[in-house]
Amino acid sequence: MAVKIVLPGAVMTVQDGGRYGYQEAGVQVSGAMDQMSFRNANYLVGNEETEAVLEVTLFGGTLEFTEDTITAITGADMEPVVDGDPVEMNCPLLIRKGQTLTLGMTRQGCRTYLAFAGGIDVPLVMGSRSTNLKCAFGGYGGRALKAGDVLELGKPKLSFDRVKKRRTKGIETEKIIEVRAVPGPQQEYFTEAGEKAFYSGTYTITDQSDRMGYRLKGPLVESKNGTDIISDAIPLGAVQIPPSGQPIVLLADRQTTGGYAKIAVVCSFDIPKLVQGRPGDKVRFLKTDVKTAQKLYRKQER
Amino acid sequence: MGEKEMYRIMPAGDRGLVVEFGNVIDIQTNDRVQQLKKCLREAQIPGVLELQPTFRSLMIYYDPRKISYGDLEKRVRTFDSAATSEGHARKRILKIPCCYGARFGPDLGEMEKYTGLDRDEIIAIHSSVDYRIYMMGFLPGFVYLGGLDPRIEMPRLSSPRIKIPEGAVGIGGNQTGVYPVASPGGWRLIGGTPVEFYDAGREKPILCQAGEYIRFVSISLDDYYDIRRMIVKGEYTIEILEEEGEQ
Repeated sequence: MAVKIVLPGAVMTVQDGGRYGYQEAGVQVSGAMDQMSFRNANYLVGNEETEAVLEVTLFGGTLEFTEDTITAITGADMEPVVDGDPVEMNCPLLIRKGQTLTLGMTRQGCRTYLAFAGGIDVPLVMGSRSTNLKCAFGGYGGRALKAGDVLELGKPKLSFDRVKKRRTKGIETEKIIEVRAVPGPQQEYFTEAGEKAFYSGTYTITDQSDRMGYRLKGPLVESKNGTDIISDAIPLGAVQIPPSGQPIVLLADRQTTGGYAKIAVVCSFDIPKLVQGRPGDKVRFLKTDVKTAQKLYRKQER
Repeated sequence: MGEKEMYRIMPAGDRGLVVEFGNVIDIQTNDRVQQLKKCLREAQIPGVLELQPTFRSLMIYYDPRKISYGDLEKRVRTFDSAATSEGHARKRILKIPCCYGARFGPDLGEMEKYTGLDRDEIIAIHSSVDYRIYMMGFLPGFVYLGGLDPRIEMPRLSSPRIKIPEGAVGIGGNQTGVYPVASPGGWRLIGGTPVEFYDAGREKPILCQAGEYIRFVSISLDDYYDIRRMIVKGEYTIEILEEEGEQ
């Protein structure tokens, strides 16, 4: 069972739930940016929800199947076609031996996930199959996929009949992406005006945004005496304010530690819709407290 | 002693909790971070996923389905006395062979001019200190070391090098350290170690951890290649010393 990359598109990498347990040694977490679409894709094809999938950013590419393969497409809509015919997203597809799947430019959202029954069989590195592009390990040879690469697949757990009725919800697309954020751990570094600007302003995702972080542009977040801190840990979704006063939201490929004050941390359950934002899209931060955030988290994750 | 005021507990989003001990870089503060990490590791609190010690704080990543922020905060506070007591003074020192100069030390000449010391003095000073690993971060296996002698401090290059090889030993401002993987960087390069601080394919991918110490041991170029050969064959183990600290 294998899938051959005919055309790789913009950035196509192997990702899973992330590489946990080594942040104290400086190893970035990596993993699928949109964990919701990632898990949904695995569910649809009958995989464990943490199997390795393909993450495709902004525009797609073409894949050829060497065997009949249960496949699911979630996340951004890149108008998928199989041998020229449009196919549905967010449901299992049985793609036949010799057929090709092509993804185009994204119409909505930023990242598409392709799961294959059995998962992508690349070696586990420190407990994860995710690609760490910066340090060039994990995933497929530590790099983004190129034309001619062949991805071996694991053994499917369930037959197509067993999964064919499965459906998942597509991504949320909002005119302005609203994300909830818990203040801290360094909110006291900012003036009242700075904090107000942050929670009331609308920010634009700049084109200097990638898997490491989203650089935003908008109302200045004023600090009292600069934002340099003694470097400490950076959780997923941390909003750092560098001297420019323009927020950076740290994401899957973030460094494990950093030296800018963090005004807030975006709630984990709102990261998926943030990372489906593209350069030019708008973002607003809604202040919440940790108790409310955890209630929402438990409700969503059950 | 006002122990309650000696640390703060804060949320870091919905899945992180930070315990912050002061706002300084010193051994006492860093010891408290290490002590708390040790206590929490031993306690195995259900829902706690990962502990990340830094210079003066401990990040606790946890699953809010298993434990709430409030409950975790209460649990952490039960370790008050442990976390605020003096760390026990046993030092674990990793002896890291380092070939100073040769092709590994392109900046030694500049350092001689800047510091007014000759290269033998620079090397003697650099290899005479047990450097504390305060934190790891930035890159896999990258150590933030404390203890550099002010006589051999030197500002970073004004224009960073595009690629510094794995194992390079350098000085940047008041810091010294080792590049665990090839990377761009602005440190002054004075030597190279054959030892791999990080190797994804090794059973224990990361060589060391925060709280330990590093002592550089000057070796010849021949020794460097001998050790490299032994590492490739899997026959090399670094020497580790356990010493009583002087605190």
